[in-house]
Amino acid sequence: MLATARAIVYRDLLVAVRRRSDVAVALLFFVIVTSLFPLGIGAEPNLLRAIAPGVIWVSALLSSLLSLRRLFEADHDDGTLEQMLLGASPLGVVAAAKALAHWMVTGMPLAVIAPLIALQYDLAPQLFGVLALSLLLGTPVLSLIGAIGAALTLGLRGGGVLLSLLVLPLYVPVLIIGAGARRRASSCCSPRCWWWRRRSRLGQSPRH
Amino acid sequence: MKWFWYASPQTFYPLAGTIARASGIVAALLAAAGLYIGFFVAPTDAQQGEAYRIIFIHVPAAWMSMFIYVVMACWAALGLALNTRLSGMMASALAPTGALFTFIALWTGSLWGKPTWGTYWVWDARLTSELILLFLYLGFMALQAAIDDPRRADRAGALLAIVGVVNIPIIHYSVVWWNTLHQGASVSVTRAPTMAATMLTGMLLMALAFWAYSIAVSMVRVRCIIRERGGASSS
Repeated sequence: MLATARAIVYRDLLVAVRRRSDVAVALLFFVIVTSLFPLGIGAEPNLLRAIAPGVIWVSALLSSLLSLRRLFEADHDDGTLEQMLLGASPLGVVAAAKALAHWMVTGMPLAVIAPLIALQYDLAPQLFGVLALSLLLGTPVLSLIGAIGAALTLGLRGGGVLLSLLVLPLYVPVLIIGAGARRRASSCCSPRCWWWRRRSRLGQSPRH
Repeated sequence: MKWFWYASPQTFYPLAGTIARASGIVAALLAAAGLYIGFFVAPTDAQQGEAYRIIFIHVPAAWMSMFIYVVMACWAALGLALNTRLSGMMASALAPTGALFTFIALWTGSLWGKPTWGTYWVWDARLTSELILLFLYLGFMALQAAIDDPRRADRAGALLAIVGVVNIPIIHYSVVWWNTLHQGASVSVTRAPTMAATMLTGMLLMALAFWAYSIAVSMVRVRCIIRERGGASSS
């Protein structure tokens, strides 16, 4: 079972390496979208610092969405997927391995390059680690949720737009927690400090 | 078991017609009574004035929007587990009604928010969750519309509905968490805890009317779907 998973991950990575431009496009998209925000909003440093986590996370979401279609499509077209279905290995392992390979190709590079984007947004250097870590933890979830959408829209007309409609609402919790981690770390660096602030705030608001 | 007799679209078709007619009449009567109580009998609210009367539409619509999604997911799960044709048809018949109620809840909510909060839209946890619920409904309908083969459309939609129903609590709590993290309670959706008995009666009547309406409309829609797929040869 583990051997199957390893073989599928290896194969998908090999395919990605052979077609390097596909990987580069998603990464380039991420860089370009994050660079567009300061142009649209204005280069005021305080504003940029405030929106940086949200912008980086939303761009990561869109960039992951952009590459989702390729998760099953090529294998569906040339019949490889059919052979995998006929094979003895459990389908869950196949799907998980493909999602893992997708993450290694599209999610991990984002986490690596995110500090560079953060530099553009004038974030404090001690937050780079938190940002990269939150992306490293959050992007696998994006690949896993996205795999559901990619499988459901496989081979449909207008599948790309439909895929974003299905998957983006399901991404909301990841976005909130991912971008929130960065915001908490920037407002208050130690976990204990954050905990006290949260408790005092909960004490004030009687709503929930 | 008499239940499975009606699991076939062909035998369900006439029954659906009867149910649709009966619950349509019930819905009209209850709505008339509920609206009369809501607009003429119920007293004016001390704090919110006449604007509060929108809750007779708003609150039942919000209840129905969430409840219909759960019912839809139950039908979807039933369809996947037992492989019955009718379950998938019921799920796709319920979706437009659910989306309609979600939209009504958002719309009336923003109309109520303007005089009360001074703004049409607030990024409050409940409003945000409701908006995402609308997106989930629209995604379900778009997915089913894009697939030509009805059986595959049913199965794909069923899977999406089940994923959505698992996600709704997660989305709701993450949004609540995000909101409390973001800002204090500047506005609160919770109304006064004690409500006049007539207000409550009006609201419950409207909720029952919306129930009956949902049943009637989804029965009419499921009849159309059965016809479209050629399952009603005998009537």
